[in-house]
Amino acid sequence: MSDIPLTTSVAGVPEAAAPRQPPALTTGPAAWLRANLFSSWLNTAVTLVLGYFIVRYAISFVDWAFINAIWSVENNQTQACRALKASADPGACWAVITEKHRFILFGTYPYEEHWRPAIVCLLFTGLYIVSAMRRFWRWELAIIWAVTLITIGILMWGGVFGLSYVPQERWGGLPITLILATFGLAFAFPLAILVALGRRSSMPAIRVLCIAYVELIRGVPLISLLFMASVMFPLFLPEGLNIDKLLRAQVAVILFAGAYLAEVVRGGLQALPKGQYEAAEALGLSYWQKTGFIILPQALRLVIPPLVNTFIGFFKDTSLVLIIGIFDLLTAGKTAIVEPAWQGFGVEVYIAISVIYFIYCFAMSRYSQNLEAELNRHRVR
Amino acid sequence: MSQTATDPRHLRTPPKRQLRLSWADERVRAIVWQVLIVGAVIGVIWWLVRNTQHNLEVRRIATGFGFLQREAGLPIGEALIEYTPASTYLRALTVGVLNTLKVAVIGIVLATIFGTLIGIARLSRNWLLSKIAAVYVELIRDVPLLLQLLFWYTILQSLPGPRQALNPAAGVFLSNRGLKLPFLDWQPAHSWALLAFVVGCVATWLFAKAMRRRQMQDGQPRRIWPAALGFMLGLPLVVWLAGGAPTAIDWPELRGFNFRGGMTVTPEYFALLIGLTTYTAGFIAEIVRAGILAVPHGQWEAAQALGLRSGTVLRQIVLPQALRVIVPPMTSQYLNLTKNSSLAVAIGYQDIVSIANTTLNQTGQAIEGIAIIMLVYLSISLSISFFMNWYNSRIALVER
Repeated sequence: MSDIPLTTSVAGVPEAAAPRQPPALTTGPAAWLRANLFSSWLNTAVTLVLGYFIVRYAISFVDWAFINAIWSVENNQTQACRALKASADPGACWAVITEKHRFILFGTYPYEEHWRPAIVCLLFTGLYIVSAMRRFWRWELAIIWAVTLITIGILMWGGVFGLSYVPQERWGGLPITLILATFGLAFAFPLAILVALGRRSSMPAIRVLCIAYVELIRGVPLISLLFMASVMFPLFLPEGLNIDKLLRAQVAVILFAGAYLAEVVRGGLQALPKGQYEAAEALGLSYWQKTGFIILPQALRLVIPPLVNTFIGFFKDTSLVLIIGIFDLLTAGKTAIVEPAWQGFGVEVYIAISVIYFIYCFAMSRYSQNLEAELNRHRVR
Repeated sequence: MSQTATDPRHLRTPPKRQLRLSWADERVRAIVWQVLIVGAVIGVIWWLVRNTQHNLEVRRIATGFGFLQREAGLPIGEALIEYTPASTYLRALTVGVLNTLKVAVIGIVLATIFGTLIGIARLSRNWLLSKIAAVYVELIRDVPLLLQLLFWYTILQSLPGPRQALNPAAGVFLSNRGLKLPFLDWQPAHSWALLAFVVGCVATWLFAKAMRRRQMQDGQPRRIWPAALGFMLGLPLVVWLAGGAPTAIDWPELRGFNFRGGMTVTPEYFALLIGLTTYTAGFIAEIVRAGILAVPHGQWEAAQALGLRSGTVLRQIVLPQALRVIVPPMTSQYLNLTKNSSLAVAIGYQDIVSIANTTLNQTGQAIEGIAIIMLVYLSISLSISFFMNWYNSRIALVER
């Protein structure tokens, strides 16, 4: 071993390799930037162009929304706002929100009683949060809903426990939006389950009725149903019987939502393997036992994410009652800028209302995504 | 196959049971339930109809569609066909239907293009681009469409007047009176060229079909694009040249307090189009993204391993599979856009809902007015879903 010289050199092979460069970084911010923003000349160009526009518009937006903005004015004196709007360096007039936020949120509800609709909004929000938590997914949830909804009714109407009576015509703003959405869902959901079951029923007459209902409602816009509720509904009822406009709109919203939710539920019923139906029948369960204990718990679980997405669509659609003149959040915002002093500040008001809708819808959409991931965890390997 | 058909075991039918008149027989129960429910539904409808008849008598409202022939007397800002306030209600409603179709068709085309671009941008490897697309989708989808329409309309209305109109490009003016664009001074030759283009498209389609059939017979691919170019561009060009090649362009000009000439896009239509397009594009982007993600990556790799060019891979391998996932939800988005165009009534664009609403307020014919609205939307919805179902069955996976 020892007689083998250590310096065996073959022609053409370098004696000692030159020290090699370390490989390019694959971790760390520099590598991340290179991989995600500057991986090719095209990518770099896109990044630079987008970056330029973002910086430019972000600066002018911050200028408009914060730096130049006017946050409050005294006694509806909006001249400063108007001057700012017409100037070369415009700014937002958030004073309209400062001045009108109570009106936008609660409409014409008596001013000194505004704490009542405020609590109602909190109760609704709490109800949504509780319903979203899986540990509350049991039959007691129905009791929580019933109790909360009754409390909300007492708070809004008053007339008992020393609360002054507030007629329904004076309700408005966010509580109306939440009432339309919540009661709409609470009644549309059972209706939807029945219709979905009916559409898959073996009884032809019931199947035809359910198909006709779903297709008819889904074929027409919600507005036409709302018009029907506001214009045609009084003609349908016997003389002397008058139903409040809000309730009529609520019925239209329930019928509308019922058809859409029914299709989602039907999707779940169809996705369930046939073996589940057959096994339940083989156990000798009756139709309602089979449906209640075997089919629905599985089918509904399958369609929770699309259900939440339908809820979001539906929460947004309640804003359409503006067209028949019901005083929901959007109508309140639109009315707030009718007053001559505040005309022309629509953009600020609409942005503020968008933020409220966005908070509710974004929370629901995030929740639905998380839930979907959680429910599918057993499928992901 | 023939064995199983003659196999006596397969010919056996379950024994016929006698129908017993007892609650224990499920067929009897089914009949009773159906009779009860149908009876209840008919009863309720009958009750509503009787109430309605009585109420109409009390209020002295005559039913029927006779009012359609009366003079409407309602002014309509923009109409695709000739219309004056002296025209009949039928004419006014037709104008409304055409206005609805005008915004729905253009909205569908724009939303598809815009939504596809955003969907692809969201899949981009450029972090900034994909994040911007994601933020756009979240923002647009979580705010009610009606609110967005009001927002766009407010912005368009707060633009400066015609005298201080924004002028982003030569001949393009944006003011609170709407968007003004230069447009061809329309001559009959243009109409003929347009017709020639349609004929060219049909000819291309027939030609491609014939070539495909020939390819199926002998396996030789044939070039389609030279003929297609000739049909779709050459034919209209020849017709246009034969018509005298008119090139006059109608430029909008400021005369007094408003613009003259050119093509006008009213603020109402513009706001509705922007709102519907951006809103629906947010949903279409998600559908396109899901469709592309649904094609497994192995499909790309397998096609590349076969030596196909990347354009061919996209057209022949990936797109057909992605479309299968995309088309059904896209159909419902098209339907949604059409139905959402009814929100026009909130910003004063005169679509069918707006005109029917005015009609029913003027004549008191509530039932007929709403029936017309529903009928129009039902027929539009049914036509779109019929067409998309036909398209879907064409591209659907053919299984054994």
